[in-house]
Amino acid sequence: MKKILEGSHAIAEAVRLVKPEVISAYPITPQTHIVERLAEMVADGDLDSEYICVESEFSALSACLGASAAGSRVYSATSSQGLLFMAEVCFNVAGMRQPVVMSIANRAVSAPLSIWNDQQDSICLRDSGWIQLYAEDVQETLDLHLIAYRVAEDHKVLLPVFVCFDGFIISHTYEPVDIPDEKDVKAYLPAYVPVNKLDADDPLSMGMYATPEYYMEFRYENDQAMTRSLDVFKQAGKEFKDLFGRDYSELIEEYRLSDAKIAIIAMGSVCGTIKDAIDVMRAQGREVGLLKIRAYRPFPAEDIKKALSGIKKIGVLEKNISLGSRMKGAVGLEIKDALDDSSVSVLSYVAGLGGRDIRIEDVIKMTDAIEAGNGDCFFGLREELI
Amino acid sequence: MRELRIHGRGGQGSVTAAELIAVAAFKSGVFSQAFPAFGVERRGAPVQAFVRFSDEKIRLRSQVYEPDYVIVQDSTLIKDVNIFAGMKKGGIILINTSGEIDGTIPEGVRYIPIDATRLALDVLGVPITNTTLMGAFAAASGEITLEALEEAVRERFSGSLADKNVAASRKAFELVKGGA
Repeated sequence: MKKILEGSHAIAEAVRLVKPEVISAYPITPQTHIVERLAEMVADGDLDSEYICVESEFSALSACLGASAAGSRVYSATSSQGLLFMAEVCFNVAGMRQPVVMSIANRAVSAPLSIWNDQQDSICLRDSGWIQLYAEDVQETLDLHLIAYRVAEDHKVLLPVFVCFDGFIISHTYEPVDIPDEKDVKAYLPAYVPVNKLDADDPLSMGMYATPEYYMEFRYENDQAMTRSLDVFKQAGKEFKDLFGRDYSELIEEYRLSDAKIAIIAMGSVCGTIKDAIDVMRAQGREVGLLKIRAYRPFPAEDIKKALSGIKKIGVLEKNISLGSRMKGAVGLEIKDALDDSSVSVLSYVAGLGGRDIRIEDVIKMTDAIEAGNGDCFFGLREELI
Repeated sequence: MRELRIHGRGGQGSVTAAELIAVAAFKSGVFSQAFPAFGVERRGAPVQAFVRFSDEKIRLRSQVYEPDYVIVQDSTLIKDVNIFAGMKKGGIILINTSGEIDGTIPEGVRYIPIDATRLALDVLGVPITNTTLMGAFAAASGEITLEALEEAVRERFSGSLADKNVAASRKAFELVKGGA
């Protein structure tokens, strides 16, 4: 059913449809509206989940880990400092191969204190073993939550997933969204069947000591599962399209890219603004297109290489900064790695940190810089402050 | 695409107004998007909220810089904030005021003063002006129908509070329609 909802409430609707048996989260701006709404749903009897109130994010994800290990479908949500406080547990969840799904309302990391959006928080957890998906609008955010559970719980994967969306820009925006029917979601996402679970009648241990004879193989298996998740996602996206009509059969999305000479690459809500900017530039005869990245982990390097074939100038808009890196952005490095052709120019542009607004004019200026070959820099700095 | 910027002070319901206008626009059959100027909203501090209207899906995510419409909930904001910033020629500005405003309306902009505080006090009994100004906006802009606005208000509020807010919207709608 088509409705107009705040992004956070649309996410809560997705969680209601997924029916997790256990929810545990600790409120943090800008994630708060999601967990408030879920608490209401549970209190009103609209959602039959156990909502575990905790005193911190560390405990929230620990409760989710325990509930997942006992065989439950679980859900959490956080942002920024909250995610970093969970960092240790994140590695444990992935290492124990628990299919926890967590919403990340992307927010800058302190200090200085900022409640506003960038993607530094989830990028920091790059190597924790969580799948990372990034959504452009409210609809995609809702839909990716459903797909996330399908992928996470697939026995070929069994890895946790971050569903990332830009804090405030998506979480606090009202826009039209199609809420899937409960019976269709039930058909798309059957009940979770754990491979192993904690059971008093059939005891086992998880996350035990792995001596040097065993540890590396666990990390190897994690990496193999991550690689397998590429195809599992595509299949889950294809089936989603068959049932709901919206296409997520790829981990990337191309916009006016096939005949472009210049490619802009980005993740998240800024892709919408970039699409509008591309229409403006196309009308002026400039051959520019967008490559939107939907999954940062696993990184769809082969698909990206194919989509960018023939393009000589590439700019990556990055809402993160890898301090001390020559290229500066964490996504640009991956793009460079995905391409074999060293004659292609790949430049990073660190932009929109701590909520700095990115406008159509900014994207056009960035395109000028990509064309001129000036990049690997901060973009949109206030020179008078430096 | 048309864009609206709402100026108010924390506690006056500017964000709620943006949300309800977007809901009403959606019910009136267009694509809409509402969002606040993301900040740490304190009671009394200047706040902004935005709405976009379009016949196509809205992709743009930046804030609103060149509005077609501006609503000002509190005319004393003129001293603190440039409420006219970026206004388009042919645009409309609705200001809640009981008298002369302390500023110059930009050329080519239609100015609609309305004593929304008085009207809200009469109908609601409290000086909360957002639903009153929403009714005035519906009449002035034609972006949303009064029926859709009433429906949006009734979804948000219940009982006599909904009735009173609908009455305030309607009164302001008729006032602006009559005066136009």
